[in-house]
Amino acid sequence: MSSILTLSQVSRQFGDTHAVDRANLSIEPGQFVGVIGRSGAGKSTMLRLINRLIDPTSGSISFGELDVTSLKGKALRQWRRDCAMIFQQFNLVDRLDVLTNVLIGRLAEHGFLSSMAMRFSDEERAMAIQALDRLDLVPQALQRAGTLSGGQQQRVAIAKALVQKPKIMLADEPIASLDPANASLVMESLRRINREDGITVLVNLHTLDTARAYCDRIIAMRQGRVFFDGVAAQLTDGVVRDIYGLEGLKDFNADITSTTIRTPMPA
Amino acid sequence: MTLTAEIPSQRPAPIDRFHTFEQDFASKRQRSKRAWIIGSVLFLGLFALTSWMGDFFKYTQVSLPDGSREWRWIIPAGIPRLGEYISLTIPTLRWNSLGSDFAEWFWRWQIWGWLLLETLLIAFVGTVLGVIGGFVLSFPAARNLSPNKWVLWAARRYLEIARTVPELVWALIFVFCFSVGPLAGVLAIGLHATGALGKLYSEVNENIDMRPLEGVKASGGTWFDQIRFGAVPQVLPNIVSYTLLRFEINVRSSSIIGYVGAGGLGQEFRTAMSFQEYADLSALFVIIFVTVVIIDYGSEKLRHRVIGMEAQS
Repeated sequence: MSSILTLSQVSRQFGDTHAVDRANLSIEPGQFVGVIGRSGAGKSTMLRLINRLIDPTSGSISFGELDVTSLKGKALRQWRRDCAMIFQQFNLVDRLDVLTNVLIGRLAEHGFLSSMAMRFSDEERAMAIQALDRLDLVPQALQRAGTLSGGQQQRVAIAKALVQKPKIMLADEPIASLDPANASLVMESLRRINREDGITVLVNLHTLDTARAYCDRIIAMRQGRVFFDGVAAQLTDGVVRDIYGLEGLKDFNADITSTTIRTPMPA
Repeated sequence: MTLTAEIPSQRPAPIDRFHTFEQDFASKRQRSKRAWIIGSVLFLGLFALTSWMGDFFKYTQVSLPDGSREWRWIIPAGIPRLGEYISLTIPTLRWNSLGSDFAEWFWRWQIWGWLLLETLLIAFVGTVLGVIGGFVLSFPAARNLSPNKWVLWAARRYLEIARTVPELVWALIFVFCFSVGPLAGVLAIGLHATGALGKLYSEVNENIDMRPLEGVKASGGTWFDQIRFGAVPQVLPNIVSYTLLRFEINVRSSSIIGYVGAGGLGQEFRTAMSFQEYADLSALFVIIFVTVVIIDYGSEKLRHRVIGMEAQS
């Protein structure tokens, strides 16, 4: 059973900069939501606020009845487990094998001694291998994570997110460091997980066509605020120009920034 | 032509641009030259002052062979005495009775052999204690990993105290507590090595990539999980390397701390000096020298193997 994720009046300041400024948002379970906006618009900060890697300066985040902003200790760690995070730079441990990297997703359930000894149960290993199998990475399971390609590493990160049994998946620019082929593989995996497991996906994207191709709903941020909230069809050229602040540029073509090789299909 | 006209900024004419650069360049050179001169003068002044404070320019009275005394500069007056001391420690070795001369030089070889073994064991156990203490404390003592500034402060001060006090002084203290014997030596070396290794390890920790730790944290890992899974795998090869290096240093230290009664070969230095058996000193020196050379060689091989394994995988 999943609940609605709500952000109300959430702000986060870094010194004088308002990274996120009174953002309001509510996300229904099972949605595939893309977040777009120019660099520095606060997309990344917003995802980190949701996962509580950083704390908001003001405002509150809730998940159904759960007040996320007030969580501490074990409850906070369990919240982080419930909203798995995927990073642009994958954030894997290069020198550990792929299997152990995936098992890191189980640490929220572990006590001090078993995690210090890096000991995991057979069930957990089976879970990890199943997750790796869904991402076609079982042959690489015993390889060091650092020896894999970027696309493979990002899929390991997704497998790690899967074993957390999350309710939400947050992905911060998951394809920004990948070539087009790997980028679409990663996006396809996220969509499959969204469809098959009913996990809500919230993904920051820096290319419009990817957002248009995959997302049920697109949110645009500008200067820390939610500037646009709708479906791909509502993103007209005029709106896009406002989002990216392209008023000065006469001709704007989304294809120039595209990193996909597939032709966008209707969402 | 139309293209340049569209660029909004006003660039000065080329001659002016280069002229400005030349002025900037000349003044930059002038500044660095001045900094160099000031630096050199300061350094030379400081050097002269410290050598004067260190009695480098001192004049002292020396006895001449004919019994008279005369004022001489201390450096040329003292150097011959160094040769005198070394010549005292040289054993008499003759070609036709080499075997018996050697036996006489190393006449206490049975005692020395045992003490050498004790020295190595003290160094080993001391290193193990130092590795445990240094490893545990290196994480709270690393600026990027410490959970909060109080823990950072406490861990750093403890490591500083442990390594600022020399092994010999720790040994004196522990001999007072635990009486004469190798236990005092083990504790002294362990404590000093904790401080030295903790510092080195924590500097390794400060250079790691923080992204893996963020990944562990975002999955719901505790601070300990972040360290265990994110940090330890990154620092392990460096830790092995520094540990082997420290073992070499500890062998040298444990061969001297016996001088204050903390076990090992050091006590023989004291015995030899008090009985004025100067040839024993050179025998002990040879024993320690050979041991240290062997251990240096072995640990260097091992360290390169660790680094090599690292490079392959």
